[in-house]
Formats: sequence, structure tokens, C-alpha cells
Amino acid sequence: MSATPLLSLRGITKRFVQRVDLAGKIANAFGAGARETVVQAVSDVDLDVAEGEVVGLVGESGCGKSTLGRIVAGILPQTAGAMSWRDQDVASMTGEERRAWQLAVQMIFQDPYASLNPRLCVSEIVGEAPRVHGLVARAGQAQYVAEMLDQVGLDGAYSTRYPHQFSGGQRQRIGIARALAVRPSFIVCDEAVAALDVSIQAQVLNLFMELRDRLDLTYLFISHNLAVVEHLSDRVAIMYLGRLVEIAPADELFAHPNHPYTQALLAEVPKLDAARRVYKPIAGELPSPLDPPTGCAFHPRCPHAMARCKVERPALREVAAGHISACHLNDA
Amino acid sequence: MAEAGLSVRNLRTHFFTKEGVARAVDGVDFDVAPGEILGLVGESGSGKTVTGFSILGLIDPPGRIVEGSSIRFAGEELTKARPERLRAIRGAEIAMIFQDPMMTLNPVLRIDTQMIETVQAHLKVSGSEARQRARAALVQVGIASPDERLRAYPHQFSGGMRQRVAIAIALLHKPRLIVADEPTTALDVTIQGQILFEMQRLCRDSNTALIWITHDLAVVAGLADRIAVMYAGRIVEMGRTADIVERPMHPYTKGLIGSVPSQNTRGHRLAQIPGMTPSLLKLPAGCAFKARCPIAIDKCNEMPALEAHRAGQLARCWRAAA
Repeated sequence: MSATPLLSLRGITKRFVQRVDLAGKIANAFGAGARETVVQAVSDVDLDVAEGEVVGLVGESGCGKSTLGRIVAGILPQTAGAMSWRDQDVASMTGEERRAWQLAVQMIFQDPYASLNPRLCVSEIVGEAPRVHGLVARAGQAQYVAEMLDQVGLDGAYSTRYPHQFSGGQRQRIGIARALAVRPSFIVCDEAVAALDVSIQAQVLNLFMELRDRLDLTYLFISHNLAVVEHLSDRVAIMYLGRLVEIAPADELFAHPNHPYTQALLAEVPKLDAARRVYKPIAGELPSPLDPPTGCAFHPRCPHAMARCKVERPALREVAAGHISACHLNDA
Repeated sequence: MAEAGLSVRNLRTHFFTKEGVARAVDGVDFDVAPGEILGLVGESGSGKTVTGFSILGLIDPPGRIVEGSSIRFAGEELTKARPERLRAIRGAEIAMIFQDPMMTLNPVLRIDTQMIETVQAHLKVSGSEARQRARAALVQVGIASPDERLRAYPHQFSGGMRQRVAIAIALLHKPRLIVADEPTTALDVTIQGQILFEMQRLCRDSNTALIWITHDLAVVAGLADRIAVMYAGRIVEMGRTADIVERPMHPYTKGLIGSVPSQNTRGHRLAQIPGMTPSLLKLPAGCAFKARCPIAIDKCNEMPALEAHRAGQLARCWRAAA
């Protein structure tokens, strides 16, 4: 990437540790041997996002993509690694800089039913954060909320209603309005359209693209749906069991997938194609992150696995301009 | 239509609530022949799931299949069948696969207990023979080391494995019709591919009829022989998969197809359908889609009939020919 990236991740790792509880400690006194369990949800992720770019992050459930999104949004702290925002290390920010960063990065969640407080009316859901952060005076809040609702295609008169009075698509728009209300420059969308019907999903996807043009937004778009990511993204990163296995510009990735996992994912995408399909699925399932395979994490499911794949983890290396992939086949 | 398959005529399932009558399914006609796969496509609230539940007689009050509806299966009228007879048919002749496999599986019982119970509910066989059948069904859906898996509890399975077990339970009695309600919606694409692969193979091998209910046209496009598109309780278009996908006639089907993002739509706006699905409690007179329809005319205030506008392709639209 030429210019300074807006967001830069280096060696981001997140471990979740479940400590031995009291019962386990007592059992251990009798020699039960209970040990703390460690899940490495995200391992050693390097990723740059340029200003104005839409990066799609794709993976199956349990691969760590949501955890990575939460780290980027500042909701979860990373265990190791460095994150910088506009060339400044987040860890060394002063209190004021940190607040500015936290406002600049906002998140839109998957479930429009769980992510809105059912006891708050829309004007509070959308207007509370900008008021607290001094972006708008209390007197101007109603007007400001109406503007925000208008921006996402909702009638300003809805601001006195409560979440249960809205449909799923409308709720997702409220969630978007809430994120936009603090004037962010970077939005993390975690499966933001997964829970919506196809026709509503199209409306929300169009809204994302309009807002990008109008407000110069940068997106990290997390999804398991390759068709959505293909439609929206400039670059795509594929994640498997906590690691990025391939990153490429969207056109390049969908035309020339390099990693066997990416190839398998692309082959499985349901297409609107009249031809009767013969399904040739990849075998097996995502291994448990509690006990990840040695070497390349994909080797138990990979049709091209070699002896080397079981012992040595392949590094990400460039296979074409701006296209990196982690597979031993590229060495041959 | 041959008497061997399923034949649904003027199916109307209404819910009599305090707020009024919700006509969840309101005059649905279709047939499914043995070995045929019908994709039943619609968005939330279109009545696709209630149609599936009606076939199995699983509608609870305040819902009711209204007088005059007909569901004939292998020559037998199911709407008039006694509860005992329906119980004998359900699970043996007609099986259902739900979206959430935990709706099928009891979390506190081992898989073998549940499967043997299902076998013995319809067949007088010994425990060991029932176990053999259960084992064979697990093998059929591609579960490795079935003996070990039979002794496991549902929580020890992943989501994809649970759905396979649910499918295996549906297959235990070699039903002649399977109603599958969004069974792959909650699964990852690689697992969805595996399940679609198994279902396609099973239907072909055993000549089982399959109704695949989904909101995702792309999933059934590669699977189904015919597709029926539902909107607000009615079928608005029905025909062979290739015709529906390549030459849709109803504006709603066209809108659905335009809404699917893909490589070709990159950088462009998706052709979205404006507005949202109407409330079933206050459906407008005439065509339910007219408020969202780009080509609506005055005549749309009268309800159009579901008519063949091309060979084998039916649409409920005054302007289907346009």
C-alpha cells in the first residue's frame, strides 16, 4: 500500500483463557489434573486498510473473524500485537486521542433485535452518544436525530418510537444511524446483512454504498457470504482458524483464488444459475480452535496436502501484485 | 397428477388472532411427484413455512386449515385424517427437517436413544435391529464412525453434524416425502454444500419427493426441479427452475433475482424492491404486491389468477406477458 494506511494491524493475537474454577482446584488437590483451557481465536494477523477502502473479511463460523472485528473496533483488547490508527500506535495514545479514535471507529452488529436497547426510544438510541460526546447540544438533539434517520432512509417522525415497533430491516437502519451519529470514518460491519431477507438485504447493501460515497467511509465488512463480499469489497481477506490465509483485490481473488481453502469456498457459493449443480463438497469441518492441527491448519481437509503441510505452517507470501497467500504449493 | 405424490389444492391456513384473521396461507395449489424436488421460495412472512407445517398437520391454534382446503398424499386426504392416522403418517411416510436441528433433537438424550425410539414408534422391531437401522441412516448421511456417534449427546456435535443427524432421523423410515424447512440457513457454505450434496443424492437414489423451503433462491437454483415463489400467502410464480431463473415473469420474482448480489453487480446498485412485505392482517385488496410493483396498473386492484403464461410456467400477474 502506497499512502499511510488508515488502520494498520501487526501481529494481532487474541487468546481466551478459561481458568480452573474452584471445583477444578479442589478436584486437582485429589489429582484430577484439570488445566486451564486456552483458545487462540486470532493468531498473528497483519492487515492494512487504506482510507476509503472496503475490505471484506470472510470465514466460516468460529474462524475468529468477529473477534478480529471487535479488536479493530476497540471493544476487545488484543493479547499481543500492535494496532495503529492514522500512523499512531493505539497503545501509546493519550486519553484525548484515544477518545477521538474510539469515536472514529464504529461497529454495526449482526442481530438488529439484540443490538438495540428495547427500553430506549429511537431518539435516545441514536442521540445519546453524540450528546454525551458533545457533538450536539441537548436542545439540538431532536433535529440531529431526525437528520441521522433521514440519512439512512427512515422518517424523522419515527424518533419517538421503540425498537419493537420496527421490522428487521428498519432496525438495522437504526443501528446504522446510531453508528453514523458520532461521525465516524471507519465502520466495522459484523455480518450486518446476514439476518435480513433478500430484498431488504439489497436495500441495506445499497445504503452502505451510498453512505460510503457521501461520507467517505472506510469499511471492514465481515461476512460468511461471499456473494455479498464480492459485491461490496475492494479487497478481500480470507480467514481460517484464526489466521489470514489469503488477501487479494476482490477481482483478483474471485478470478484467481490461490489458497485451496479459498478455492473450496468459492466452489460452494450457491449461484443463481439455472444449470443443475453437482455438489462436490470439501470434506470435514472447521477443526476446534481448542486443538488446532499442526502445520497448516487446513491440511486435514485439503485435497493437495503433502507431508510438509503437517509439520510446517506456510507463511503468507506474494503470489501476484497485491495478492498474498499462505500455501506450500506456491513454493513448488 | 399421479396419485402417488402430493397434491395440494386451495390450501388456506388462517390464524384467528385477537387483532384479526392473519391469512398466512391463502389459496395455494401445487403438486410434487415422487423423486421430484420442489423449491418453495419466499421471504419471512410469505407463508412458506406454514405451508410446510400444514402438510404435516402441525398447525396449532389459533391457526387452522380452513374448510375447503385439500392436501392429498398418495391418494389420501390429509386434512380429513384423524389425529392417530396423521401420527402414523408423520415420521414414517412424510418427514420434516427443521431449520434448527435442536428442534428435532432432545439435548438430554443420547443420539441412539432418540433414533431407536423413532424407529420403534412406527415399527415393531427389536432394539438391536432398530440400532442397526439407526446406524445405517447415519452412514447414509455421511457421518464417520457411526457406532461412536450413536453413543454421543447432541451437544458433542457441531451444527453441521447435528443437521446431518436430524436428516438421518427423517430418513429412518424411508419416507416418500420430505419437507425441509431452511435446513442449511444456519450452516456455513462448505457444510451447506455437503448437505445439499447428500440430499440430492438421496432423493435421486430412493425416489423420494422433497419440498425444500428457503428464502434463498440461489440455494434451490442448483437443487430443485421446479420452483414455486410465494408472496403474502400465495404462490405468485411457479415453473421449471431454468425458466424461473432465466425468464421470470412476475415482477416480484424479477425483483428477488435482481436483489441477489454477485460478481456482475460489483460497483452497481442492486435492483432493490422498494418498501417491505405487507402485514398479513391488513392485506390490500387485489394483488398484494401492487404497492411495491414497478409496473402496477389499475387492474391490479383485482386479484389476478395463477395462470400459465408459457408452457409449464405459471404466474399470478395481470402483466406477466408484458
